[in-house]
Amino acid sequence: MATFTKEQYITWFEQMMLMRRFEEKSAQLYGQQKIKGFCHLYIGQEAVVAGTMSVINKEDKLITAYRDHAHALACGIPAREVMAELYGKATGCSKGKGGSMHMFSKEHNFFGGHGIVGGQIPLGAGIAFADMYRGGKQVTVCYMGDGAVRQGALHEAFNMAMIWKLPVIFICENNGYAMGTSVKRTTNVMDIWKLGLAYDMPSKEVDGMNCESVHEAIAEAVDRGRKGDGPTFLEIRTYRYRGHSMSDPAKYRTKEEVEEYKQQDPIEQVRKVILDNNYATQADLDAIEEKIGAVIQDSVEFSENSPWPDASELYTDVYMEPNYPFINE
Amino acid sequence: MRVIQFREALREAMNEEMRRDNDVFLMGEEVAEYNGAYKVSQGMLDEFGEKRIIDTPIAELGFAGIGVGAAMNGLRPIIEFMTFNFSLVAIDQVINAAAKMYQMSGGQFNIPMVFRGPTGSAGQLGAQHSQAFENWYANCPGLKVVVPSNPYDAKGLLKTAIRDNDPVIFMESEQMYGDKGEVPEEEYLIPIGKADIKREGTDVTIVSFGKIMKVALAAAEELAAENISVEVIDLRTVRPIDYDTVIESVKKTNRLIIVEEAWPLASISTEITYMVQKRAFDYLDAPITRITTADTPLGYAPTFVAEFLPSVPKVVKAVKDVLYK
Ligand SMILES: Cc1ncc(C[n+]2csc(CCOP(=O)(O)OP(=O)(O)O)c2C)c(N)n1
Ligand SMILES: [Mg+2]
Repeated sequence: MATFTKEQYITWFEQMMLMRRFEEKSAQLYGQQKIKGFCHLYIGQEAVVAGTMSVINKEDKLITAYRDHAHALACGIPAREVMAELYGKATGCSKGKGGSMHMFSKEHNFFGGHGIVGGQIPLGAGIAFADMYRGGKQVTVCYMGDGAVRQGALHEAFNMAMIWKLPVIFICENNGYAMGTSVKRTTNVMDIWKLGLAYDMPSKEVDGMNCESVHEAIAEAVDRGRKGDGPTFLEIRTYRYRGHSMSDPAKYRTKEEVEEYKQQDPIEQVRKVILDNNYATQADLDAIEEKIGAVIQDSVEFSENSPWPDASELYTDVYMEPNYPFINE
Repeated sequence: MRVIQFREALREAMNEEMRRDNDVFLMGEEVAEYNGAYKVSQGMLDEFGEKRIIDTPIAELGFAGIGVGAAMNGLRPIIEFMTFNFSLVAIDQVINAAAKMYQMSGGQFNIPMVFRGPTGSAGQLGAQHSQAFENWYANCPGLKVVVPSNPYDAKGLLKTAIRDNDPVIFMESEQMYGDKGEVPEEEYLIPIGKADIKREGTDVTIVSFGKIMKVALAAAEELAAENISVEVIDLRTVRPIDYDTVIESVKKTNRLIIVEEAWPLASISTEITYMVQKRAFDYLDAPITRITTADTPLGYAPTFVAEFLPSVPKVVKAVKDVLYK
């Protein structure tokens, strides 16, 4: 049964397909050494971001960790700029200074990809603090991994977010593993969402392979935030199909386990709703995919043809102060 | 002599010390079942079991502190940071607990432990993953800081660090783990606090340590082809610093260049420069020169990496400058 509009399903399909194809291309480009350093793919987890975007507004804020390509795309940063950032080109959304892990766009209210596990949790609370301080109605969505909830920063931030009723939605994207470490090897409390209960934070578990359930949970949380009733903690259960980063052979899990999640693929679930309800034909969906293919091809050409930042750019964007006296000898 | 990798040398050091002393254990992220993020601890879980090779959650502050507590109560922990960038999450326990405990307790609680892992940049990893904190830790009394540059030194120094009764920060590099070098089968120890002259020379002294020794040695080799004789000193330890070896060398060559992966302000280079001008002022025939990283965070693009780091051309040029060539 379809609970959302036809347009919503088509939008989800488009959005998630863009994320998926974009990252498949990124993996290929990494293999060709066009993209360097650490590169963490989101493939399999797309419904978590897609189900957020269908709830929040352009004025709302997003912040996440280093697995950030999909978040950046969904916030509306053009694929060209995300791809150019992966290349390290001057035309990237962080001018080639951030790379895969550090996508940012002030214009699109994307407060970035962050590399220190858990570091973004207090930042997310702080972004929400600023909106509340100014009397705004915005909410901040702050993503973290299942590994990140083991950082002390989470507990300090959760407590303050609760006592000050900050309009922030903390989302644990529980993909089962932090690098090679499964959740069950790091805790006695397999229900990560229960961590919020220690602070009386409204908290729950959500099926992260399904856009509809993510949307519903986020909608409730956003409503709470906008009404001034404070934060929410959602443990969204999902899965990454690929290794932790490009260098991880992922020997710590079985093929069967990966297969089991692929059977619940979020994009295929949406495709099924669309086709079952005759919201569009397979040919229509193929046309969408083709369009996405062209966007990605364009993003690659754009990146290829863009310049590297000049070496002198190392000294820009370190301080706002224009003539900061860097030590040079 | 047999040749092994840097990571194998570290592993041998830990294995030998763990066989020798049951109080030694290894704790950190991905050290056990995954065999180490950079495969340093490969096979150690199989040999020592999960009681002594311990995987942790991503909770640096917690497990660093658990290490310090265990050390206060008589064990000899080796705490691995996946990289030293993440040690910042734990630095309170390193500086406020490990480094202070012996004095605060009036000499009752010593902290016989090692914090180890890779330091510095390792290609295009962006600003949060490209930092060198040798001088930060070296600044703190109560700690010792060891930064080996080859497999032989790594093994001998790590064994000494594990046996040391004070907290030792032991800093490696992703870009050294695959390096190969001669390491004897027989047991040996290398003292902490002793520099090593890696190449003798007469015209200029270059002082460096850790991964950047590769740059220093390559530059010396290139300069030798132009008949410039460079003495290259590997500090091996940046707290304490073996000033005597440096000053002896400067008295011979009368010229000093320090090469280091660190931001320039308050770097190890700055410190050595102070001591050399104080103790060998009259021997200097040129101003002391340092080659550090740029005074900025290291961004992702490849153009930044070359600009940021010490390199062979930069060192060669500096040598010629101090020789007024
Ligand atoms: C403080 C800190 N410790 C260790 C690391 C190294 N590291 C990077 S990602 C990662 C695993 C994180 O897993 P999780 O939070 O589940 O996120 P996922 O990768 O699954 O999205 C680790 C240990 C880091 N970046 N920061
Ligand atoms: Mg995870």
